[in-house]
Amino acid sequence: MAIETAQLHHLAHLARLDLPVAEEQRLAQDLNALLGLVAQLQDAAVDALTPMAHPHDVAASLRPDRVDEIDRSSELERIAPLMQGGLFLVPKVIE
Amino acid sequence: MSALTLASLRAAGQNSPEPVERALAAAQAVAPLNALISLDAEGARRCTAATDAPLSGVPFVHKDLFCTRGLRTTCGSKMLADFVPPYDATIVERLAKAGAVTIGKANMDEFAMGSSNENSAFGPVCNPWDTTRVPGGSSGGSAALVAANVVAFATGSDTGGSVRQPAAFCGITGFKPTYGRVSRYGMVAYASSLDQAGVLARSAADCAEVLQVMAGHDPRDATSVERPVDDYRAALELGVRGLRIGVARPLFGAGVRDAMQATVHAALRELEAAGAVLVDVDLPSLPLSIPAYYVIAPAEASSNLSRYDGVRYGHRAENAKGLRDLYGRSRAEGFGTEVKRRILTGTYVLSSGYYDAYYRRAQQVRRLIADDFARAFAGVDLIAGPTTPDVAFRLGEKTADPLAMYAADINTVAVNLAGLPAISLPAGFIDGLPAGLQLIGRAFDEARLFAAGHALQSRSDWHLQLAPGAVR
Amino acid sequence: MSAWQPVIGLEIHVQLQTCSKLFSGASTAYGAEPNTQTSFVDAALPGTLPVPNAEAIRMAARFGLAVGAEVAAESIFARKNYFYPDSPKGYQISQYEQPIVSGGSVLARLDDGREIRVQLTRAHLEEDAGKSLHDAFHAASGIDLNRAGTPLIEVVSEPVLHSSAEAVAYMKAVHRLVRWLGICDGNLQEGSFRCDANVSVHQPGTPLGTRCEIKNVNSFRFVEKAIDYEIERQIRALENGERIVQETRLYDAAANKTRTMRSKEDAEDYRYFPDPDLPPIRISPAEFEALRAALPELPDARRARYLDALGLTPYDADKLTEDRAISDYFEAVLASTPGQPKLVANWINGELAAALNEAQADIGASRIGAADLAGLLARIVDGSISGKIAKDVFAAMWAREGSADAIIDARGLRQISDSGAIGSMLDALLAQFPEQVAKYRAGDAKLFQFLVGQAMKATRGQANPAQVNALLRERLDASR
Repeated sequence: MAIETAQLHHLAHLARLDLPVAEEQRLAQDLNALLGLVAQLQDAAVDALTPMAHPHDVAASLRPDRVDEIDRSSELERIAPLMQGGLFLVPKVIE
Repeated sequence: MSALTLASLRAAGQNSPEPVERALAAAQAVAPLNALISLDAEGARRCTAATDAPLSGVPFVHKDLFCTRGLRTTCGSKMLADFVPPYDATIVERLAKAGAVTIGKANMDEFAMGSSNENSAFGPVCNPWDTTRVPGGSSGGSAALVAANVVAFATGSDTGGSVRQPAAFCGITGFKPTYGRVSRYGMVAYASSLDQAGVLARSAADCAEVLQVMAGHDPRDATSVERPVDDYRAALELGVRGLRIGVARPLFGAGVRDAMQATVHAALRELEAAGAVLVDVDLPSLPLSIPAYYVIAPAEASSNLSRYDGVRYGHRAENAKGLRDLYGRSRAEGFGTEVKRRILTGTYVLSSGYYDAYYRRAQQVRRLIADDFARAFAGVDLIAGPTTPDVAFRLGEKTADPLAMYAADINTVAVNLAGLPAISLPAGFIDGLPAGLQLIGRAFDEARLFAAGHALQSRSDWHLQLAPGAVR
Repeated sequence: MSAWQPVIGLEIHVQLQTCSKLFSGASTAYGAEPNTQTSFVDAALPGTLPVPNAEAIRMAARFGLAVGAEVAAESIFARKNYFYPDSPKGYQISQYEQPIVSGGSVLARLDDGREIRVQLTRAHLEEDAGKSLHDAFHAASGIDLNRAGTPLIEVVSEPVLHSSAEAVAYMKAVHRLVRWLGICDGNLQEGSFRCDANVSVHQPGTPLGTRCEIKNVNSFRFVEKAIDYEIERQIRALENGERIVQETRLYDAAANKTRTMRSKEDAEDYRYFPDPDLPPIRISPAEFEALRAALPELPDARRARYLDALGLTPYDADKLTEDRAISDYFEAVLASTPGQPKLVANWINGELAAALNEAQADIGASRIGAADLAGLLARIVDGSISGKIAKDVFAAMWAREGSADAIIDARGLRQISDSGAIGSMLDALLAQFPEQVAKYRAGDAKLFQFLVGQAMKATRGQANPAQVNALLRERLDASR
């Protein structure tokens, strides 16, 4: 299942990463090498095992329905690259 | 001056140079190691803790992925080079409340992805034992600063060995708690189901004191467990008499250098001499931990790092032509090569048509590995082996071959997959470079790891040896 | 050519009316200044983590129990990965493989009285996105994350609806239910209740057609129009020999048409996987027990009871189960007016509904509480006042002049039911109008009503009309 350039482009699109053309070949190689490494997973006798998403078998701890947050807009504004009128700005989105 | 410990800091008392000033000066002195990303002399001098707080006036550094209010938190990335968090991580709060004084933020592999600290946007860190070698990673700056005697302890994070491996490479003690023992709130995420904050210090005793402050339930982290924290200081005195230590054959496997095997066996004999019983155990699926880890960690990372889009904080590309361009370029410019590699890998293994073959499969293998540990722990209290297959490698030695770098994580990643606690203890030297003994415990059995670590360090002085590059 | 059959499934987004968000302690109140209800968690600051809101989980479970679904003892939050500025983490926390609610059904009643039972596929918990404002700036869109993280359940129906009328009836039934359960304010204008419609057409007996998804329609009327337009568009295309392309379409209310938003080719690969920040959500047997015990009598059950046990008309039963507050009001008045369901229903659906409508108030803001209305009806039941007078008293009560009794007493409206008093009044009346009495007796029956009117006039309407009738007839007929 080697990753070709077209698939690399698709992954880069999904991940919103503009890859410099110069890096593409190297990245595809690295990814293919890694896929070679993880191919061992296919041989493991694990079909009967429940996938393990969390280290411990515990339920999430929940919070009560309480408003305990304050207005953080000025702190958000301080770290935001571009904010105006309390809104984060992005290039115009056309729907 | 001998190795800095919490005890030596306290013993020095009133007549010693003020510990914070000494640490700031020491940090300047070892600047060529490049172990710090930010030094916060002003903030450190402003700190005035109550004298009865457990770590009152003790200078230390945070790995630069713990959010510190008002002090930039870069994660070793250009993406967050100017990010000044408006809030403190839970452990940052807890350590501050305990009186500890942050003197700065330690260098690290970008977003904690790496085993050599060569993936930092702020340049690599040098190992104080040999400045041509890596300090390990991803908590490389933290380990180097403790080894260089700048601070008595540093915080780190461990996703696949990022506390234990640099501790081993730098000849210090590194502790990775059970998943869920320490809050992850405010610790910038790499792989959420594996990440756990840890401590790097001279000794197991010092790790115990610091973890005592860090550990405990946090209502801001749904994975943090509601379970009382043991008395770690009391645990130090428990000793190892009758303790069953499983010597795990696969941890001494093919890739582990002979000298490393011999050194670690010798250290284990010290524990035996102290009363521990050594027995053989098997972890048959250990070899599968690397492929499982390098599917699961990138998968989680690819999603965790999606928030860096140049909109609300962090690097934003100039003159973006449209939203797609803003995203694509902000992320391409902000992330380094290893991060991109893992994002693309993670995107691939989660994508439609590949999820079952890779991600789901890796989660099943993860259970297999956890089951291995459960079986082994039915007969032993701790599991032992070398922390790393070899001592610290040379800067640049493995950068061209990511797979070789990944393969060297073989002895540490399984612990994260199973969510277990582990400690890396200085265990001797090979060609003048430190070697580490790793002890792995049952979930939430930190106390026994501290007991065993302290027992070893009560009858050895490997942990007190100072690196040539250390401040004396 | 055989007829086309539309096949429709709805995905209804129901915002849960918790005080705080699904994963943070920020307020969910509508209409605040931009980003003033955006916590660090909501803005997805590095290092922040989600912690689930226990009440949101209970509300979702309550919905599941109310529709007879399977409520999962263990449900899993998953990440749906996609980039969009109103999704600050780059993923939405939703549920995928193990939703909290599976199956169940909702009974919908169409305007023509026909009932359909609509099977649900599932209902899952997820967080709402923020809002993108496209018109505020020239070359930029502004992002407000106040709404980001508001809890909602997405209620997914099976594709079993066959007309826009069925779709709207179903949507209204869900709307009524979630308000009834107190889990959603049901405000369509504010977006608390929104709907995506999946529409396809086929000829019965042939495989289902390719479907199009119409996004984010936020009124019952628009759902109806959008679906009608889409059905017509698809049929026209198919009859012209075209193929339907699977795509997402937007409804443009101004133009009353749907248009392409994105085709399946650019559909995202969401890369769902279990959220590693969130261990499973578990509901214990004890919690299930408590949830079941706290479930109110549901509108369908109540409607059936009103029809069967109380003998109300379908009209009254429908009106009285449209809204929980009205229904509870009815229950409260009825409890103090035993045996008079029809009377109570008439007053609530009549005078009270009209007054509320006039004041544009809902029942919660009624100037006449259930106990007050019961006080008025008690005077009708015991014959103290007539229904006609009661309307005047009601108006006075609405004008906040006091309780029914106070108004009746102050105005001296108590009905005269003393037959002696009425009799002597009638004797005087007959003496006053000998000519009319004579004509009546001569066969002019309509003069009876004239005399009744005079009697009522003489008593300012307070004489018991039935008694007046009986006693008058007795006098006129007996002495003939």
